[in-house]
Amino acid sequence: MSRPRKQVHLAAHFPGVNNTTVWADPRSKSQIDFSSFRHLAETAERGRFDFFFLAEGLRLRELKGRIHDLDVVGRPEALTVLAALAAVTDRLGLAGTVNATFNEPYELARRLATLDHLSAGRAAWNVVTTSDAFTGENFRRGGFLDRADRYTRAEEFVRLARELWDSWDADALPPGGEPDGGDLFVRPEGIRPVRFEGRHFSTSGVFNVPRSPQGRPVIIQAGDSDEGREFAAKTADVIFSRHGTLDSGKAFYADVKGRLARYGREPYQLKIMPAATFALGDTEEDAAENATHIRRQQVSPQTAIAFLEQVWGRDMSAYDPEGPLPDVDPDLSEGVWGGRVPLGDRVELAAKWRALAEEKKLSIRELVIEVTGRQSFIGTPETVAARIDEFVQADAADGFILVPHLTPGGLDDFVDRVVPLLQERGVFRTEYAGTTLRDHLGL
Amino acid sequence: MPESSSTEHAQEKAPDKAPEKELHIAVALDGAGWHPAAWRDLPDARTELFKARYWAGLVAEAERGLLDFVTFEDAFRLQSTLLDGLDGRGDQVRGRFDAVLLAARLAPLTSRIGLVPTAVTTHTEPFHVAIGIASLDHVSGGRAGWRPQVSARSTDAANIGRRDLPELTLEDVADLANLPQRVEDLFDEAADAVEVARRLWDSWEDDAEIRDVATGRFIDRDKLHYIDFTGPTFSVKGPSITPRSPQGQPVVAALAHDVVPYRLAARAADVVFVTPHGTEHVRSIITAVREAEAYVGREGRPLQVFADLVVFLDDEPGAAAARKTRLDELDGAELFSDALVFTGTPEELADLLLEWRAAGIEGYRLRPGALPYDLEGITRGLAPALRSRGAFRSAYEANTLRGLLGLPRPASRYATPEVVAS
Repeated sequence: MSRPRKQVHLAAHFPGVNNTTVWADPRSKSQIDFSSFRHLAETAERGRFDFFFLAEGLRLRELKGRIHDLDVVGRPEALTVLAALAAVTDRLGLAGTVNATFNEPYELARRLATLDHLSAGRAAWNVVTTSDAFTGENFRRGGFLDRADRYTRAEEFVRLARELWDSWDADALPPGGEPDGGDLFVRPEGIRPVRFEGRHFSTSGVFNVPRSPQGRPVIIQAGDSDEGREFAAKTADVIFSRHGTLDSGKAFYADVKGRLARYGREPYQLKIMPAATFALGDTEEDAAENATHIRRQQVSPQTAIAFLEQVWGRDMSAYDPEGPLPDVDPDLSEGVWGGRVPLGDRVELAAKWRALAEEKKLSIRELVIEVTGRQSFIGTPETVAARIDEFVQADAADGFILVPHLTPGGLDDFVDRVVPLLQERGVFRTEYAGTTLRDHLGL
Repeated sequence: MPESSSTEHAQEKAPDKAPEKELHIAVALDGAGWHPAAWRDLPDARTELFKARYWAGLVAEAERGLLDFVTFEDAFRLQSTLLDGLDGRGDQVRGRFDAVLLAARLAPLTSRIGLVPTAVTTHTEPFHVAIGIASLDHVSGGRAGWRPQVSARSTDAANIGRRDLPELTLEDVADLANLPQRVEDLFDEAADAVEVARRLWDSWEDDAEIRDVATGRFIDRDKLHYIDFTGPTFSVKGPSITPRSPQGQPVVAALAHDVVPYRLAARAADVVFVTPHGTEHVRSIITAVREAEAYVGREGRPLQVFADLVVFLDDEPGAAAARKTRLDELDGAELFSDALVFTGTPEELADLLLEWRAAGIEGYRLRPGALPYDLEGITRGLAPALRSRGAFRSAYEANTLRGLLGLPRPASRYATPEVVAS
């Protein structure tokens, strides 16, 4: 086999607003102070990561009609923080999730083009759509977007945004000293009007931000359905996937990369980066112990009960989290969560969990720890580096979006201990070769 | 004679005012300055205007000059000399950044100066704007403001495509005291947008985050509040997704030229930018602003009234006027502005600012004719001139924009006062 070793791509996900972010640890710091964003971004840049990633959620999660109070909550407007991070980083890509359901293309295309200018070519947009009326209650549009329309809206949004980004020629602003540029700030014919009439959007006018350093900011997409994969194959530069095992990763990778030819694209033009968590230790035993410790921190007794309530649809506060599972069946009369996709067949799931708990003699809390995701990578830095390399060389991924469990220092160990080993293996950059995020991603 | 006659005049006319109160000085940053030909004197203007370092240099200069804040213009249209529609001209600056993101980009590079971006209310989501300004307040450590702006032009509406607005004509704006109803409606909507933002900024009480390990609770949900706003063009449930910011309430400042916008400012803003053309005009504007406050039933502090001026400054008498004339010739037209255009020396400008202070102006938003030249005229000429007359600070006295403006940090409107045990 003479294929050169594939290079690993890495991104740093700012810890999110769910129970995987541990706040009851003395090392946990503010989820909103700029110093926290800055620490994680500077750590990622020290580790020569491809990009920093900020998620979004436009309504606080509710459980049983009340604001969920057990998890970290509260975050900024993503692009505003990314613009500030552009001032304290130099090469790191800056990716933000922004919802296509509750924005208009002209405005968002401007904001992304602005971020790309202000970061000298490091902007990326994770395109998501929301169909629930719950989130819509905070917006003009309100209401409910038909699920079937989610991708048509996203696709049309990105198409129009790209028309706007492309509407200024690269040389619309004549370089100083050019004979024909003397009296002109801009060549008016270098700006093309955009007329777009679609199902979801219409624009008739002229964009007002010059072409940005990347031309088009990087597009990230996270959907996993058939339509989502097709949308990504047609439109995205990066997929933020959830396929964390080697086999499912390989299947997903082959499927999505196989769709690219249909759109005249090459496999390298779409990078597949699953979300990944990790627990490190000096020995395998230490790492396993650390992983268990983190899992227990992530699933507090109250969180275990709240988790069960999502499935059972009942108030379970009277149950002992360290005791056995309830023997009653779920109440299916109403949805429990606001702002969340409902879980599948809850009766079946409850039965499965009861069986598992009985078989393994698990308490409620132990069961929840068992059935919710363990870390993607657990081991010594050597093991974890080898495993990441293995995933990438086996075409199960092009790299990973790492989700630390602590704000803001959760990536420190990885950067100090794992990144150098990936570099030694020759699969991760030791210096940035280019200046833009497209350069880092090989796009 | 260092003591200006206008100051004595003020003491005579308004003995209950504190004439020794220091002025607030803000600078409005836009393009290469407010003269459309100013870019011609800026080296590599076409590329520099779209680089962060250009703006970083300007805001650093403003901060060295101890100015209160800088503002950033914004709009959803390409700049044009026409009231509504594009003019196809290429000999003036065209293209502009999103102002909130520009302000955020500059926040980590500065530590004291206020950052006040424009954000249009007509075509944006109030929720997004509110969390954007709150986030600017977080990243700047309490130095954010917001200048809400109405957009009545069909050009902007056609770009965004969410609502249709007819072309704005000269007839529509001929009498600013009697705007068409559809334009007045946009001002009402802007007041609603600010109300939504203010409620969202208060929707997390300061002590909502408790991190209580014993009960497993990260927040006290009783200290998060739905805002339940319903208006004619939008409704917003809340609460914000962003915790309460360092200032609690970022500063809101509105530019206003007549009674309808005065009322918007009186309903929604902390600071109003007005455009007087003389001392008598200052007095009539302030009277109109106070009437607007009474009309809308404003409670709490009255608006701080700032006057906008376009300024060309040179130390040598006559040089600023000559410079402006040269720029006018390059542009092919005399500079047109809603604000008074001042040309002169920093000392002469200081005279004017103190005269208007005596008539009731508390601060100024100066629009430099050319950047960075006239900004330096403000920071290195005007500021020392005012300081020598006891009318401008010699050091920053606060870490937040509210602090610089003398505004206390308000408690959340949703917080219940502590009940004192009997």
